Amino acid sequence: MAQVAMLIDLSKCMGCRACQVACKEWNDLEAETTKNRGTYENPPDLSPNTWTRIRFQEDVENGEVRWRFFKEQCLHCTNAPCVAVCPTGALKNHAMGFVSYEEELCNGCAYCANFCPFGIPRMKVVNRLTGEAKATKCTLCQDRVTNGYIPVCAKTCPADAISFGDRETILAKGRKRVEKLRAGGSRRFPDANLYGADVLGGLGVMYVLPEKPEKYGLPTNPESALTVVSAWKEIIQPLGQLALGVGVVSIALNWVVTRRRVTEEQEA
Amino acid sequence: MTNHWIDIGNADVIMIIGSNAAENHPCCWKWVERAREKNGAILISVDPRFTRTSSIADIYAPLRSGTDIAFIGGMINYILENELYHKEYVVEYTNAPFLINPDFRFDPETGLFSGYDPERRQYDRSTWTYQVDENGVPLRDKTLQHPNCVFQLLKRHYSRYDLDTVSRITGTPKEKLIEVYEAYAQTGKPGKAGTIMYAMGATQHTYGTQNVRAYAILQLLLGNIGVAGGGVNALRGLHNVQGSTDMCLLFHILPGYLKTPIEKDQSLAQHLERVTPKSNDPQSVNWWKNYPKYMVSLLKAWFGDAATKENDFGFNWLPKNSGNYSHISLFEAMFNGVIKGLIVFGQNPAVGGPNANKERKALEKLDWMVVIDLWHTETANFWRRPGVNPADIKTEVFLLPAASFVEREGSVTNSGRWLQWRWKAIEPVGDAKPDMWITNQIMREIRRLYRTEGGTFPEPILNLTWDYGDGLPDAEEVAREISGRALVDLKDKDGKVIVKAGQQLKNFTQLRDDGSTACGNWLYNYFTEEGNLAKRRDPVDRSGIGLYSNWGWNWPVNRRIIYNRASVHPVTGEPWDKEHPVIRWDPVAKKWVGDVPDGGAPPGTILPFIMKPEGVARIFGFGRTDGPFPEHYEPWESPVRNLLSKTQINPVFKLWETEMNPRGDPDRYPIIATTYRVTEHMQAGGMSRYLPWLVELQPEVFVEMSEELAAEKGIKSGDQVIVESARGQVRGVALVTKRLKPFKVNGQIVHEIGLPWHYGFMGLATGNSANLLTPHVGDANTMIPEFKAFLCDVRKA
Repeated sequence: MAQVAMLIDLSKCMGCRACQVACKEWNDLEAETTKNRGTYENPPDLSPNTWTRIRFQEDVENGEVRWRFFKEQCLHCTNAPCVAVCPTGALKNHAMGFVSYEEELCNGCAYCANFCPFGIPRMKVVNRLTGEAKATKCTLCQDRVTNGYIPVCAKTCPADAISFGDRETILAKGRKRVEKLRAGGSRRFPDANLYGADVLGGLGVMYVLPEKPEKYGLPTNPESALTVVSAWKEIIQPLGQLALGVGVVSIALNWVVTRRRVTEEQEA
Repeated sequence: MTNHWIDIGNADVIMIIGSNAAENHPCCWKWVERAREKNGAILISVDPRFTRTSSIADIYAPLRSGTDIAFIGGMINYILENELYHKEYVVEYTNAPFLINPDFRFDPETGLFSGYDPERRQYDRSTWTYQVDENGVPLRDKTLQHPNCVFQLLKRHYSRYDLDTVSRITGTPKEKLIEVYEAYAQTGKPGKAGTIMYAMGATQHTYGTQNVRAYAILQLLLGNIGVAGGGVNALRGLHNVQGSTDMCLLFHILPGYLKTPIEKDQSLAQHLERVTPKSNDPQSVNWWKNYPKYMVSLLKAWFGDAATKENDFGFNWLPKNSGNYSHISLFEAMFNGVIKGLIVFGQNPAVGGPNANKERKALEKLDWMVVIDLWHTETANFWRRPGVNPADIKTEVFLLPAASFVEREGSVTNSGRWLQWRWKAIEPVGDAKPDMWITNQIMREIRRLYRTEGGTFPEPILNLTWDYGDGLPDAEEVAREISGRALVDLKDKDGKVIVKAGQQLKNFTQLRDDGSTACGNWLYNYFTEEGNLAKRRDPVDRSGIGLYSNWGWNWPVNRRIIYNRASVHPVTGEPWDKEHPVIRWDPVAKKWVGDVPDGGAPPGTILPFIMKPEGVARIFGFGRTDGPFPEHYEPWESPVRNLLSKTQINPVFKLWETEMNPRGDPDRYPIIATTYRVTEHMQAGGMSRYLPWLVELQPEVFVEMSEELAAEKGIKSGDQVIVESARGQVRGVALVTKRLKPFKVNGQIVHEIGLPWHYGFMGLATGNSANLLTPHVGDANTMIPEFKAFLCDVRKA
């Protein structure tokens, strides 16, 4: 299967958030109850019901106002820390170049959330009684992509700011766009860059950034997460099988406890 | 739009003024980006606020709400002074060389044109005329030197709009003015195209029409009309606003922009004599000379066999327009108890109407009201709005559930005049019915009552052809009726039958004024013998400039860019822009290739602006009520005096000095307010405030203000604030932002705030409509309310 990738061109995004709504619609995610906090931005954070959102940020530079829109979502790393730490195989590197997710396999350990260099996964409590939780994140519309459709946010974007396709084509497109922005016309961006071509083995979701990554709150060195992951893995490495064993046992225990509580509740 | 959405992709410079297109027309954004990618187009955003559109523009220029004429007038002056206009175009295709009546005057001190009557607040326009020769053809000076030619009058008029004066009025920094003027004026070079995208930020002023006139003059000077990537482009706020205008939603026109009869028109002949323009210029096509054909065909479509030559085809069954029936007038009449009943289709005036407190009060004075809508709107529920006792309100209210656009079929006409057929996707939910079904039932019952019980003047009702059956009329049958058909065999001048009786017409050139054709809208000939052309979906563009001529159907005659004969050289027929030719004369085949031309005659034989009797476009526009050139005045409510003349406000628009419509005093209400829409909500919110995913994004009323104003008032972002005008109060969340800056107007600091008007007391996201603040005043020509600039004060709640 050919490697695919997504390119989010922030020089074209005008913050309409059609992507945000489309994501909720396709993935059947509930709306959140929100308040206006003195900004257009809402919901205030990613959540189990919000897998992608536009961050709004205002700034003044050289007397000119900037209003930056940043699409926050899983970036689908090739060397994905979340995949490395996931004990159950719920998170995997799919051959097509994204981080796939199978909720049934998730044991709710939240390692993915703790080790993600971009702070993306959110835990969803699925059973208030047992406290059982599941990780949530953008799957790059794995159900669509593996069936030959493009992710719904890319499909919806009215500004052509989100493109999706064969990784090599997408990379070339991103590089060309950056060159154009650097050369510019009246709107020149000398710091324009393509974010994600190489980091963490190459991201499945890359950005064309008109300005430096830190202006958008992106880590300049997301690789550092990998160092932590490998250290963590070295500690548990010797326990390899056992760790997995512990995982299986704890799931089994969880099931027994949950079942008993559900039964008790029904009887009551 | 003179052009169309896809054509934005052909522009070299795009100026978005009076519009926040990225916010309110996000689907057009791919074409804006196409222009930037393909042509390296420069994008200019001119707006009181730094908006989503501004965020992605090359140049952002702030301007104080209501000062567009000063802003554009300054650009006109800049272009004239620096000779950046497209000279050949201006001379050949506009009335710039025409000589004007020597009695015409403009007094720079008073800001008034000749003929003003202050008592009646009206102009006598008899001096706003051309000088003509003995044959009645306007006199021209193609050297543009004659002191009374339009060009010289224009130059004199706008010489007052120098950079310093304009900057003092608009609050736009001088260097920003120069930056915008320089960038946009580049399109005056032949072969370059600039487009103006505008919306309600331009029109919703007491001089809104003149704002748009200013854009038109600018575009004519730069040769930007008729060319690919050019035009004056009104971005419509709904998918079928253009269609409803074409089909005479407004009171002053009949379908296809035919004129509503007035009392003076006692016969069809008198009407036709009054409204059919004449031209003695042999090069002028003067297309409206065909008016009688369109009017008679319309009467035949409406009154069928009852319309005969003997009875003037039923002309006197048409209502005669004896007054102003625009939105504000209607609500004033309801408020005064003159109008007793109201049917509301697809509108929510309790949120969307100006001075909504007054309009809600006006609804209380009705005997009955029918609301036809998808949702429980604020209008349908005005009787239980906060602060009133339902028991005190006697209006009988009916709410009829309407089918949504996916639950019915029919055509919609987009901003670019494209008609596209829509098929029904699902059955209507519950008891919901299409508007056409509801209209049919109402009309059938009215006709039954007239038949059985009689009434005053029953002929217009009973003679109407109303044969759509008793259920849902067939949308395609209605389309055929609108498009036009032959009633008898139509013959050419040699006696050969060209259209058989009962057949659909090919286009409006086959319409006749003798009662042998019927046509519900002469511009809408989309249902021909080939079928329903609005259903065409050929996604292939053969033009190279994105005309997509076989996708849907475009009025008129599938012409995608109107006035396109102005896109070519007047003698050779060669396009100004060789890379983006709209049409081109093929000298070998002796015909035009490309888009459907504005008249097929060879180059050099006819003038391009075929809808004007003089054949050219009007820089001097004598058809408007408030002046042949746009002149800057202040909004009805403004914190500053007019720096250009002694006339503070547009001298012509109707003042509604009525109850519940006080004018704010700048001492008490020193802050300018403007209202707008956000991308997350639709109009008065009926469609979006019931949708949780959209409510999540924009849950409540917010009030955008500068950091400077917030500091002055002790307000922090996220605080609850109260905005108060002379007419009402609105509560909202303060959104303190760097995107708004105080304006420096004539050395004085002027604050402006902005708030969306989508909210009301129904739905999932509730709040005050910003229209509780807005006034009951409107434009001098169209009566569109002045939503975009009024006075208020703001304080922490």
